[in-house]
Amino acid sequence: MLGFVIQRFLQAVVVMAAMSVIVFVGVYAIGNPVDIVIPPDATQDIREDAIRRLGLDRPLWEQYWIFATNALQGDFGRSFVYNIPVLELIGSRLPATLELVLISVVSATVLGVTLGIYAGYRPDSRISKTIMALSVLGFSVPSFWVGLILILTFAVSLGWLPAGGRGETVELLGIRWSFLTLDGLAHIALPAVNLALFKLAMMIRLARAGTREIMLTDTIKFARAAGLSEATILRRHLLKMISIPIVTVFGLELGSTLAFAVVTETIFSWPGVGKLIIDSISVLDRPVMVAYLILTAALFVTINFTVDLVFALIDPRIRARRTA
Amino acid sequence: MTDIVPEPAAPEKSTPAPRAVSPFARFWSEFRESTVAVVALVVVVVLCLLALFAPLIAPQDPYDLSRLSLMDARRPPGFVGTGGYTHLLGTDPQGRDLLSAIMYGLRVSIQIGLAAGGVALAFGAGLGILAAYLGGRIETLIMRIVDLQLSFPAILLALVLVALLGQGKAQLIGALVAAQYAYFARTAYGAATAERRKDYIEAALATPLSGRRVVLRHLLPNCMPPLIVVATVQIANSISLEATLSFLGLGLPVTEPSLGMLISNGFPYMMSGRYWISVYPGVALIVLIVAINLVGDRIRDQFNPRLRR
Amino acid sequence: MTEVLRVEGLKTHFHTRAGVVKAVDGVSFSLEEGEILGLVGESGSGKTVTGFSLLGLVDPPGRIVEGSIRLKGQELVGADDRTLRARRGRDISMIFQDPIATLNPMLTIGQQMRLVQEAHGRITHRAADARSAELLSRVGISSSSARLRAYPHEFSGGMRQRVAIAIALLHSPAVIVADEPTTALDVSIQAQILAEMKTLVAETGTAMIWISHDLAVVSSLASRLLVMYAGRVVERGPTAAVLRQPKHPYTEGLIASLPSSASPGAPLRQIPGTTPSLLALPPGCPFAPRCARADAACAIRPDLSEIGTQTVACHHPGPSHTRVPA
Repeated sequence: MLGFVIQRFLQAVVVMAAMSVIVFVGVYAIGNPVDIVIPPDATQDIREDAIRRLGLDRPLWEQYWIFATNALQGDFGRSFVYNIPVLELIGSRLPATLELVLISVVSATVLGVTLGIYAGYRPDSRISKTIMALSVLGFSVPSFWVGLILILTFAVSLGWLPAGGRGETVELLGIRWSFLTLDGLAHIALPAVNLALFKLAMMIRLARAGTREIMLTDTIKFARAAGLSEATILRRHLLKMISIPIVTVFGLELGSTLAFAVVTETIFSWPGVGKLIIDSISVLDRPVMVAYLILTAALFVTINFTVDLVFALIDPRIRARRTA
Repeated sequence: MTDIVPEPAAPEKSTPAPRAVSPFARFWSEFRESTVAVVALVVVVVLCLLALFAPLIAPQDPYDLSRLSLMDARRPPGFVGTGGYTHLLGTDPQGRDLLSAIMYGLRVSIQIGLAAGGVALAFGAGLGILAAYLGGRIETLIMRIVDLQLSFPAILLALVLVALLGQGKAQLIGALVAAQYAYFARTAYGAATAERRKDYIEAALATPLSGRRVVLRHLLPNCMPPLIVVATVQIANSISLEATLSFLGLGLPVTEPSLGMLISNGFPYMMSGRYWISVYPGVALIVLIVAINLVGDRIRDQFNPRLRR
Repeated sequence: MTEVLRVEGLKTHFHTRAGVVKAVDGVSFSLEEGEILGLVGESGSGKTVTGFSLLGLVDPPGRIVEGSIRLKGQELVGADDRTLRARRGRDISMIFQDPIATLNPMLTIGQQMRLVQEAHGRITHRAADARSAELLSRVGISSSSARLRAYPHEFSGGMRQRVAIAIALLHSPAVIVADEPTTALDVSIQAQILAEMKTLVAETGTAMIWISHDLAVVSSLASRLLVMYAGRVVERGPTAAVLRQPKHPYTEGLIASLPSSASPGAPLRQIPGTTPSLLALPPGCPFAPRCARADAACAIRPDLSEIGTQTVACHHPGPSHTRVPA
């Protein structure tokens, strides 16, 4: 097991190094950041001074080296716009995003797996067909459009829920959270539903496909032949066998939902990292862009790494192969 | 479980001898069995025709700024404007007839979707088949990159690329291709490796046939069914992704409004109850995407041997 | 000997879009305590569906449309799901061809055996585990209490099939339906398991229906044979008699195609043609198109008739006059 962990860890490090090079070259080598930090009417002297200060006169590999060593120490530079350390900026926005994403993914998974198992267990029932039709919709309709409709319905027409912002927050463990107050919950409801819907469709499809496949296996036939009740078969056999794909997708979805939150946060003016990156892209705040991309990459690598580990923990077959 | 039900459509149903039907005809007769899919296909075709002939049938040329009047701006559906005709779906903040804007928007969206989907298909499938055909280190390298990219959300990639490359049709298509080619590569690679391991390819490779012939005559045709399915889905995805990017203000330049941009333009007016500016372009977008996906779903079911009856 | 199972006129049909598939079309037989009945036939002859019908586990669109299954005197056809479930595992159980597919890879052997015991009444873990260990050692798995904590992948194919057999035996059922349980195994392991099954049946008094396409395997085990073709019984009788003097040309073909009955160097005999599609059965004897004895009489479906100890459905039974062409 330890060997497996180490091997996976090294792989993750290599991927991170490669990602950082790509992001750095991609973002820094295109365009000229000097134009943003100095006023357009600045003299040549000021301009050259700025170039030296930013280290832009050095060769690319040297710039990267400086950037990488700084980044490893947690220094991603300062935001051009907010003029505070990028990491601090992102850190201040992260809880809002995390809160939104976790609520969405967890509820989408619980509900999606339940509905999916039902639809897979009784594929011909009318309820199942309705579930599946809705999931096609959830899959195809762009998330921003769902957001608009949610606002139009619940905020504009009915006036039940606020259309944007985080609402009242409460500090817990030094971080401000929305979900602990009633007002905060009201604010998080629409964005969370928006973000969850797409994932819900995905989870339904996954759970349904898994259920259909598993219900046809000899394992289930054998369990039936031994007189197990359908409830026991679903609870003990099916749920256990379906957990592998679900856990994998849950992990991967956590990451992609973080990315997808970009759209939802923009629509609902949710002050998270996603809104920050959109704002930064539109004003070309490069340090923020680089840091966001590298941190996102790091997040994905970490998630993949964790999923592999969890995978190895829940599947006895893989556990055996790794230890052997 | 060797003999639960003998295959009902058993090929040995010898009498009467089946007439020779082309694979396409057989495919179509199977496709026709699903009413939903047929309706969806009709919708897709109608929308494509609307887009194609927009200059001929649209009440107004929404790009001709001289024809627009601010007097007509943000009028509700059914309003008779200065042009003397009824704006069936109302007008947008610039005084454009929304119906016309939607037809032209469909044009842009479908164009982008087809272009991005097509290029991604050619590039991705080529890469995947190449990896499967060459094998060895190149295979490992290509597929590592593809897998790495697949684990990264497409929307984020497209977002960053558009931000870096700047606005414009070509840039947007480039970003969409970069965000989506990996799906094609994975699919083609999967189908091609599965096929390559089969004996007949080994046999073909052992003959003096050129490698190119083997790829063209054997590998490629066998990768087509899954690729067609992925292509339908990805065209829909491209359209949806483009709309999302345009909505976020990162898509096409304002001079060529796609459906996404029309929706985005109307968003600020939604709060004040002028819903139609966003809603109608949105409905057009949704109908297009859902219809393409439904057609794709049907094709997938037809190609899936496990669901075959 | 007491009769534990009597099947009469069993018909299991599948209502598909292409038409009605009569997978089992009038099968009758009986089974006595501790007896092994061999159910032989090609793929598609309906033998597996017969097995599933006995447990009430035919998947839709299949359905038992007619006939009677009396297990220990009680009728199963038409019984509700609860009754059927209560009898499955306790009075009748089933083992399958592929031991890798039958056991849940995510649960330990002990957990799976516990589930089966809990399905028929409350039982403490300790008692359940004790019973499981007892049965594992009975099927030849030593140090079995430790093996209870193992996962299926830690066993070899033959061992897994033994575990499956132990699970099927947990409630000492009256009947076990074994659907090609040794087909997926190595020949040497197959022989071992066959020998063990014989002993087990003798010891426990459990009757067994051994479904196989392999006449050689079945004849080493079963005291009586039931040969199925296209959903119907074509021949039935004591194994020795059927092997020595097959009455039905299909049975004769099966025996002739056994490698052991060929003289060295001579080509193996085979039955010409393939199993007919059950959707498009010829109106008369379904075997007629492949039969060398077929004539005008075969346009009418033959009924089962008794000849000595055997029962056969053929217009021209008995030792063949013209050899089945190779």
